[in-house]
Amino acid sequence: MFTDFFYILRQNKVPVSLVEWMTLMEALAKGHIHNLDEFYFLARAILVKSEAYYDQYDVAFQQYFQGVESPEKIAEQVLEWLKDPLNRMFLSEEDHALFNSMDFDQLIEELEKRLREQMEQHDGGGYWIGRGGTSPFGHSGYHPAGIRIGGWSGGRHAVQIAQERRFKNYRSDLTLDVRQIGMALKKLRQLRRTGHEDELDLEGTIKATAKNAGDLDFIWQRSRKNTVKLLLLMDVGGSMEPFAMLCSQLFSAAHSSSHFKDFQYYYFHNCIYDNLYRDIEREEAVSTVHLLHTLEPDYKLLLVGDARMGPWELTERYGAINYYERNEIPGILWLKRIADHFSHCVWLNPDDQRFWVHATVQMISRLFPMYPLTLEGLERAVGKLVVKK
Amino acid sequence: MKKDSFNQFSGSEDYVTSEPLRNAVNVSIALGRPLLVRGEAGTGKTLLAHSIARGLEKKLITWNIKSTTKAQEGLYVYDTVQRLNDSRFGDKDIADIKQYIKLGKLGQAFTSPELVVLLIDEVDKADIEFPNDLLNELDEMSFYIPETNETVSAIHRPITVITSNAEKELPDAFLRRCIFHYIEFPTPELMEEIVRVHFPDIKDNLLGEALKAFYSLREIDDFRKKPSTSELIDWIRALIAGGIPHENVSKQIPFIGTLLKKETDYDYFVRNFATRRW
Repeated sequence: MFTDFFYILRQNKVPVSLVEWMTLMEALAKGHIHNLDEFYFLARAILVKSEAYYDQYDVAFQQYFQGVESPEKIAEQVLEWLKDPLNRMFLSEEDHALFNSMDFDQLIEELEKRLREQMEQHDGGGYWIGRGGTSPFGHSGYHPAGIRIGGWSGGRHAVQIAQERRFKNYRSDLTLDVRQIGMALKKLRQLRRTGHEDELDLEGTIKATAKNAGDLDFIWQRSRKNTVKLLLLMDVGGSMEPFAMLCSQLFSAAHSSSHFKDFQYYYFHNCIYDNLYRDIEREEAVSTVHLLHTLEPDYKLLLVGDARMGPWELTERYGAINYYERNEIPGILWLKRIADHFSHCVWLNPDDQRFWVHATVQMISRLFPMYPLTLEGLERAVGKLVVKK
Repeated sequence: MKKDSFNQFSGSEDYVTSEPLRNAVNVSIALGRPLLVRGEAGTGKTLLAHSIARGLEKKLITWNIKSTTKAQEGLYVYDTVQRLNDSRFGDKDIADIKQYIKLGKLGQAFTSPELVVLLIDEVDKADIEFPNDLLNELDEMSFYIPETNETVSAIHRPITVITSNAEKELPDAFLRRCIFHYIEFPTPELMEEIVRVHFPDIKDNLLGEALKAFYSLREIDDFRKKPSTSELIDWIRALIAGGIPHENVSKQIPFIGTLLKKETDYDYFVRNFATRRW
């Protein structure tokens, strides 16, 4: 049932799995769904697991169900209804006249016409199709026959909700999500026993107690903690603008991850010179020399940037893109100092690998092992960070 | 299953729900699967579980998740240190391991003789692997205690509500097993209903003015934290208590501190809007 809907959902990149589909089938089989309205919400609750996909769901729902409540389908039901002579008995003389004056085709044409004209749900009245009216179509009306068009009350509604596409703004076609980045960064972890001896060493206690002829002898040990320290340096602004989203995901993954003993981050623009900055606006400066003095070489260094710039920015004295930086030492030498200081470093480049032939990218990648900022690239980079270069 | 046994939850007196949410709750009850609720802060995710418990007259067991919470703690804790200690000084029978097994919240929900509502609050606070560690337990609604060679299985599958603030992404395998509902921010109509539940005697013009001011505040995107339902309720309480005449409400926005909780937001508002009015 509805199997095509499953594929339409998948076509629209809603990550629906068979497990969820079977759950929906179970719900259907148990008779929990009575009309299209309920189907819309229940199928969404069961199949879609993030509001980010609600919009794609709406699109798929429209594609699949647009046809279902089409006038043709309803017309068929009207035909069925009219075939029953008992029903016809309930029609008023006026309606009889109306019905008799038209053959079925005309009648259906009339119905379709009214359906097309009608834009919103309608209650009352003598012409529109809806509820509580005197029109021969619709349901629960004053009309003695009150033709109820099955599933009508809900069906149109659900497709309409889908048409509204209220969840457009929640959509996020992500290449990498925060969780995936978090999982990749987790591999950096190095567990060491540190701190107070506050964990009971069960094995040790048993051994010691046995040695002690059964008299209890508790052995305590230090608990295992992650000793990894991470330093994240990010290129912001300018050519990095298109990757701002990706970089902020990487940042939030690293930041929310509780696995690091210490996590520090600084920003730069295009290349690193005398100063790094604590904020994206690059107002609060920290001297690079100071950082190299205070951060031990065992910080794992993650540089993020496209490494594309004018060659002079890298090689010339006073080459910094910001004229007032007046760097006495060319950028490439600063980068070399950094690369020499930290024992583990990698450069993540969000740019398309086609552009890596650029001269400055080539120069920088000779200093730092460079990986693309994709899930696969990140995993390789983390692998590189774990071992000494 | 009959239709009436399906439509169990229909909201409770003090909690207004939308129909999609009620349906999601009921289908999760009927299928015996956990309901994962997400939504903006202050839209009543946690209150939902309380409301289900009250509406169905069931006991509520709450498991608050913290960053240090381990999945195992929800099942049971084997108090080995106590047992070791007892073996030396205690007069208890230490051969009876059972007395050192303390059931966690999940364990309590499983062993409860009656159907309970289990709330796992803020599941995304815990370690990234936490939800995966609970997969099987939530699926089978049972777990095994090797120490006593016992299997604890649910007498009644608890009605499970899990809330998340999307601080961390949840694993797919976990999501597949849940029914998901995103609580949207209430429309002004629904909000009116919600406010009336809390203040049945509120005057129409006061309510109208308050909602007008509230929704226009929410349209300002520069706030770090937009005011939400719970702030609105507090604010209206303050307005009523202060006897503020309704015509002053949207003009002056008195007691703005109850709506804007962050200092930066407050400053921003005072700087950009409050001064402009006079």
